[in-house]
Amino acid sequence: MKYLQLVLAALQRHKARTLFTLLSVAAAFLLFGLLDSVRGAFSGAGSTVAGLNRLVTVSRISFTLQLPKSLLERIRAVPGVADVTYANWFGGIYQDQKNFFPNQAVAGNFIDAYPEWKLSAAEREAFRNTRTGAIAGALLANKFHWKLGDKIPLQGTIFPQKNGSNTWTLDLVGIYRIADPQQRGQENALFFNWDYFDEARAFGNGNVGWYVVRVADAKNADRVAQAIDALSADSDHETKTQSEHAFQLAFVSQFGDIGLIVGAIMAAVFFTLILLTGNTMAQAVRERIPELAILKTIGFTSSSVLGLLLAEAVLLLLLGGIVGVLVAGVVANGLQLSMGITLPPIVSSVAVWLRALGLMIVIGIIVGAMPAYRGLRLRVVDALAGR
Amino acid sequence: MNSLVQTENLSKTYTRGTQHVEVLHSINLAIEEGDFVALMGPSGSGKTTLLNLIGGLDAPTGGSISVGGERIDQYSENALAKWRSGHVGFVFQFYNLLSTLSARKNVELPLLLTRLTGAERRERADIALQLVGLAERAVHKPAELSGGQQQRVAIARAIVSDPTLLVCDEPTGDLDRQSAAEVLTLLQQLNRDHGKTIIMVTHDPKAAEFAHRILNLDKGTLVDVAERPAA
Repeated sequence: MKYLQLVLAALQRHKARTLFTLLSVAAAFLLFGLLDSVRGAFSGAGSTVAGLNRLVTVSRISFTLQLPKSLLERIRAVPGVADVTYANWFGGIYQDQKNFFPNQAVAGNFIDAYPEWKLSAAEREAFRNTRTGAIAGALLANKFHWKLGDKIPLQGTIFPQKNGSNTWTLDLVGIYRIADPQQRGQENALFFNWDYFDEARAFGNGNVGWYVVRVADAKNADRVAQAIDALSADSDHETKTQSEHAFQLAFVSQFGDIGLIVGAIMAAVFFTLILLTGNTMAQAVRERIPELAILKTIGFTSSSVLGLLLAEAVLLLLLGGIVGVLVAGVVANGLQLSMGITLPPIVSSVAVWLRALGLMIVIGIIVGAMPAYRGLRLRVVDALAGR
Repeated sequence: MNSLVQTENLSKTYTRGTQHVEVLHSINLAIEEGDFVALMGPSGSGKTTLLNLIGGLDAPTGGSISVGGERIDQYSENALAKWRSGHVGFVFQFYNLLSTLSARKNVELPLLLTRLTGAERRERADIALQLVGLAERAVHKPAELSGGQQQRVAIARAIVSDPTLLVCDEPTGDLDRQSAAEVLTLLQQLNRDHGKTIIMVTHDPKAAEFAHRILNLDKGTLVDVAERPAA
């Protein structure tokens, strides 16, 4: 710790330069915090404990292909299945394209498969009994100032009605909430009654998008999944039953390989950061050659000087990086509450922090390596003579 | 008196590309403990090179050099660094203070290499500053001090770890006449009252008058030794 004053003194030598370098490091780690949170959120989607006993059955060919509703009772009869429900992606737009949020037509018992959604008994009952009934998450309802009893017109983008209209008018009968703050992004969705959807749609009647199966014992999930898929083996609607987590990853992969995209952006950001900070460090050390020579003159060993310069680079990265990740946490929370559920909830987790701190130290060592090596090799007599 | 510094056939050759330049040729020299020696000579005569070798900043290419009975020419770079921290204080023409540190923190620098606590370091730095007459400027940064005051801070830094030997390379070269006289008087006091052995490179005959002996170098060879009566 006694050497910290030397490291801090070095950073104070050119305050403006240090400040701008800190800002660039902070900006890079702000981006890292957000992007890594997004990646973490995507890979962690559906992995809550409540989801462990949920399976999703989709078409083996593509989850965009529909399955016959006649499978419902056959799936329910499979040993180990506690309950089964179904849903259909609707893809409706509210007022304006930019207002997009996930919306699905679901069976009356769909919400029973998601005990983490908090909804009053009266609202559950109203959803089951209202033909045009819909429930929305609290975040979504707040965003559009919806209240119970409101009529919500959705413009169908995939499914027109038999009467030629694209407008599906729904009655808001329930608003659900989710206690887990990390899952609150799920409150940005709307669900409406599948019976109304199926009766009114112009095509695809009698088919569902996917089944959600609750297994009685999560330990038997594999066996149950195999038994469900065996029901439609060698038919024209072969199924693939998978964990909810795998299903959500497949859904997300429609948008591309999120991990690859995020990784590529972060690599570009950090490559630029290394060039920028490395250049700054090199310049800072070049200017301090006489001071480093003095340290060596009074008895600091070459390895001590190397350590001081590396510590300076790492401290610069840590100071800027910690600020960046802290700001990312604040921004992520804001995004989680305000954005539509096109993205899973964004979190600033311990894992993000650990990865960020690791990166700060590694990048600090990388950018400090060349200047530190110069300090290590510095010959006192040459430096004092200005050579 | 015992010889603190002793060189035998000391030589130094620099290699620049394919050229070999012998800067010092077979220097035989003995400097007694408590002596105050001025090294004089024209530019390029090897004064600073000799001073660097005696101070353990550079290694000779031939001969031997002992300081306090230790053959420092046989030390590794790391061993020399540790030896310097305990045995030698350096004063340079351009002070070479760390601009972002206060006078006290600059003086404390050599003590960072010891096991002293922060309070002990501070106490010793304050004593050193008091000795050079700058106790009241302890919290000032170098830019807030005059050239003479900065050089006195550099002297305080050189003596704070209580070394036996002070090597000074043109300590008054960047100072006006009055500041130079103050610095030289201070060095003289350190020699006389605190027993520091001082070797000082200078071009200035008036500065050399403060020394007990004047060694003249020319073209890397010791050409003349002039004894002076003690001041």
